[in-house]
Amino acid sequence: MADEPKEPKPPQVPTGEKPASTTPAVSTPPAKPAEAGAPAVPPKAAAPPPPKPPVVLQTPLDNELVKRFRAKFGAALLEAIEDRKQAILIVERARLVEISLYLRDEEKFDMLSSLTAVDWPKREKRFDVVLDLYSFPKNERLRLKVHAADAEEVPSVVSVWSAANWQEREVFDMFGIVFSGHPDLKRILLPDEWQGYPLRKDYDILQQDTTWVRENLGIESGQ
Amino acid sequence: MGPQHPSTHGVLRVKLKLDGERVIGSECIIGYLHRGVEKIAENRTYQQFAPYVDRMDYVAAVSSGLGYCEAIEKLLIVEAPPRARVIRTILTELQRIASHLLWLGTHALDIGALTPLFYCFREREEILKIFEKYCGARLTTHAFRIGGLQYEAYDTFEKDVERFCKDFESRIVEYEDLLTQNRIWIGRTKGVGILTAADAIAFGVTGPVLRASGVKWDIRKAAPYAAYDQYKFEIPVGTTGDTYDRYLVRMEEMRQSRLICLQAIENIPAGPIMAKVGKVLKPPPGEVYHAIEAPKGEIGYYVISDGSVMPYRVHIRPPSFINLQAFDRMVRGHLVADVVAIIGTIDIVLGEVDR
Repeated sequence: MADEPKEPKPPQVPTGEKPASTTPAVSTPPAKPAEAGAPAVPPKAAAPPPPKPPVVLQTPLDNELVKRFRAKFGAALLEAIEDRKQAILIVERARLVEISLYLRDEEKFDMLSSLTAVDWPKREKRFDVVLDLYSFPKNERLRLKVHAADAEEVPSVVSVWSAANWQEREVFDMFGIVFSGHPDLKRILLPDEWQGYPLRKDYDILQQDTTWVRENLGIESGQ
Repeated sequence: MGPQHPSTHGVLRVKLKLDGERVIGSECIIGYLHRGVEKIAENRTYQQFAPYVDRMDYVAAVSSGLGYCEAIEKLLIVEAPPRARVIRTILTELQRIASHLLWLGTHALDIGALTPLFYCFREREEILKIFEKYCGARLTTHAFRIGGLQYEAYDTFEKDVERFCKDFESRIVEYEDLLTQNRIWIGRTKGVGILTAADAIAFGVTGPVLRASGVKWDIRKAAPYAAYDQYKFEIPVGTTGDTYDRYLVRMEEMRQSRLICLQAIENIPAGPIMAKVGKVLKPPPGEVYHAIEAPKGEIGYYVISDGSVMPYRVHIRPPSFINLQAFDRMVRGHLVADVVAIIGTIDIVLGEVDR
């Protein structure tokens, strides 16, 4: 976990660069020389790209599935968006289990391929719990999201997809989000006594539970 | 059992509840190798994080790397050039064979057959030599870059791959001679650790374990990536979902991978190996989930960009972690000696389980 020595060429925000590079366009990315050390690539003339309008990649989604969903759940569907051809539904937290059952049984999203969370500390409800579903019969993916504030519980979907069991434990472990109705909610990757939730944005990368490290490993933690 | 048990393939600890010799309950204790990969990702640039994914499933680093690079490419909305995609496909299929060979060798060793290990490592060595010639590394290869490849295929690349594939045909027969009809092997694997298709889907199990349960699903066919849409190959499936079926499925997968490699080297398109991507990657804000078929199952990357040089969030969906969840279902009712066979047959790598 030691902090790596700074790279010789800092890839951080290039201060002297053209401001246009903040919005790489979809079709023609800034024509800079391609990745270093690729001798086979003919060196491109670095023409300064003209300033481009910001690319909007997230658009409202309104397909058949969303229509059916809206007819059934109405206001529980907070938002339906499409991002890079992926369908994303943001739904009401309280009705998550009911919605999950519907998606599994009626819409045939029979596999929960991934369940995770994202922390947006500046938002009123800071957490997103994100479920990536897959349908074997339709060969389609669907992303389901619910918002949750700091102390709010999220209904567990273990009863719908057993695959959620360890993944919800991992989210609890890393974000401290409590899943109500989970059969055995406890830490999974970190030690049970660990204090703090590492994947929250306010948990620094160098931060550790120093007390735990001292007591259990007998060393002073430090980077 | 564990975490230092020789047959748990790393630091897996399993609490077993026994009734005599029978297992009536189990709990996996994991996390001994947790390194906080997802946290590291938030503090590295997109390119800087790429080598870290090799250190999750360190016996199939090429596949993990491919998934990551393609996820970021999807986020950037660029595509790797055709030549890069074909070379990626070849290396990834070689990696699949290498990963399955390591699985076969150690799995057989756990059950008590020593010889396959030596045979498997003999062939795996040939693959690692190709990797070493290609990018200088054998295990944590970092073979691909976001947007394509850094290195052109070396001069004798096609020849090396071809020679390996030609030899490998008879080598698989050697493994099968040792195991497929072997009475001890059949006795130790048939009917052991049965996972039904319904259970497998509910647990989110993917890869050879899912296919052995009879579900014909492979991301290479369902949502082709790299250059898989150009090649012909079969998806082997099992019928009973026991350890023996999983063995047969993986053996057949190695054969199919070999065929894909042979088709691919016949015609590697000429052209650039790197798409036009900047040195500083700032993907437009948004999110992607991209999954590929790693040797162990679906490895997915959920990446969120906020428009800066570092990812806002990277979540990795590791096949080993999810597949291991089904362990409890598979192990109940079996003998303690079968636990070892079942751990082996799921094919986990703890570096990927714990991340």
